[in-house]
Amino acid sequence: MIWIDTIIQGVLLGGLYALFAAGLSLVFGIMRLVNLAHGDLIIFAAYLILLLVSLLGLSPFLAAIIAAPIMFGVGWALQRHVLNRVLGPDILPPLLVTFGLSVVLQNALLEGFSADSQRLPTGEIATASVQLGGLNLGVLPLLTFASAILVIVGLNQLFYRTELGRAFRATSDDAVTAGLMGIRPERIFATATAIAMLVVTLAALYLGMRANFDPNIGPARLIYAFEAVIIGGLGSLWGTLVGGVIIGVAQTLGAAINPEWQILAGHLAFLIVLLIKPRGLFPRAVD
Amino acid sequence: MSLLETHALTASYGDFQALFGVDIRLEEGEAVAIIGANGAGKSTLMRSISGVLINETDQVQFDGQPIGHLTADEIMARGVAMVPEGRRLFPSLSVEENLLIGTYGRKVAGHWSLETVYDLFPILQERRNHPGTALSGGQQQMVAIGRALMSNPRVLLCDEISLGLAPVVIKDIYAAVPRIQDAGASLIVVEQDIGQAMKVSDRVYCMMEGRVTLEGAADTLSREAIHDAYFGGATI
Repeated sequence: MIWIDTIIQGVLLGGLYALFAAGLSLVFGIMRLVNLAHGDLIIFAAYLILLLVSLLGLSPFLAAIIAAPIMFGVGWALQRHVLNRVLGPDILPPLLVTFGLSVVLQNALLEGFSADSQRLPTGEIATASVQLGGLNLGVLPLLTFASAILVIVGLNQLFYRTELGRAFRATSDDAVTAGLMGIRPERIFATATAIAMLVVTLAALYLGMRANFDPNIGPARLIYAFEAVIIGGLGSLWGTLVGGVIIGVAQTLGAAINPEWQILAGHLAFLIVLLIKPRGLFPRAVD
Repeated sequence: MSLLETHALTASYGDFQALFGVDIRLEEGEAVAIIGANGAGKSTLMRSISGVLINETDQVQFDGQPIGHLTADEIMARGVAMVPEGRRLFPSLSVEENLLIGTYGRKVAGHWSLETVYDLFPILQERRNHPGTALSGGQQQMVAIGRALMSNPRVLLCDEISLGLAPVVIKDIYAAVPRIQDAGASLIVVEQDIGQAMKVSDRVYCMMEGRVTLEGAADTLSREAIHDAYFGGATI
């Protein structure tokens, strides 16, 4: 029973990692841009929520609803005015720029909020749990996992059922020909990053309610997100969820054997998947 | 005033100049063919008109407005659609999605819709859920033409639509040209196949080394004149 419990906790933790990763996956899938500042943007959003909570006395959920459009705007402006300028056949400039952005964000947050570790106030929900067939499941982990599924379903609907989604895929295939369809690739890219920042806000909400955060933990979140995206296969959203779950389960199993093995077990799972399927579990047919 | 005109149009790829002052015009309802050997500048001309290459403002005029400085999406929105060389279907999109994406930047009611495109090329309806790139070359070309028609363009630019296709398939595809014209679009057709080009067009321009070397009504040009303009110099 304890092993089943451990695995289920791992699956639920995987939901959080999938939320970290979904935005990264979306942006990579559309514009082949690896955003090294993704983790720091999650932490930035967490501080934004914290600021709204402490200034306006709101619940974190309400604060996240206000933070979401702000982050949408941040993502749009960031892509339009910074990242679009460095996108091109050479993948190095965007890597350098997002790496620089990561350093800038960390230091700006350090300057603004100090190095103290913070947490979003959660009230009763942090300890609430539900009984399910002899297992106690935390409400917050369940909510996180449900949100991850909703995000993936939502993004998939957007991708495969809407005109904007068609434009995303077409631009990803061939930006020049997309222009001949009346699509302006820079706008499509800006919209994609803006949507990714909505997911980032949600990830920040659950991260901030479940764990402490400080200005320097962004890169570690980025690693988990990266691993989830790569395990799943670059650009596949459901693959990203599976990737998050694999890391989550590996981590909780590792921790159950020996608490020191938690992080290591996650990375080992990632390495094993890479060895067996270097392109990930669900690679896109066209790459 | 012509529907579409270029004035002393120049274009370069870096240091390499590909067009040297090209003047062509397209009247409303007309089909014009542009012929010439490989490297004559035909495709560069199409890319300049469609905005893939940006030019000086006044070098291209559409409907009396200068459009040379506009980007591809802006020009498409005004009603100039292009069937690009090599078809360039989107591999991630199904046949039907490839057609639908053609209306992204311009939603104008007119003759062309999914229904009428499927009527023009019935095979596409059968294959509508296949990935665009899983089709034969000829069928892919039909998708590329249909995709451009979906926005009900006023001008359709067709770049080498017969390239790499079997003669019987080329015949099928060119059979669509009069129907496209009847539905109200004017066409510029870039072709290496002179016979095919002469058959569907009202007027012909022949290009060589980035310049127009011959212009005339399709039914008045002699074989010799075309030969000279196509290959340069006198016939041997």
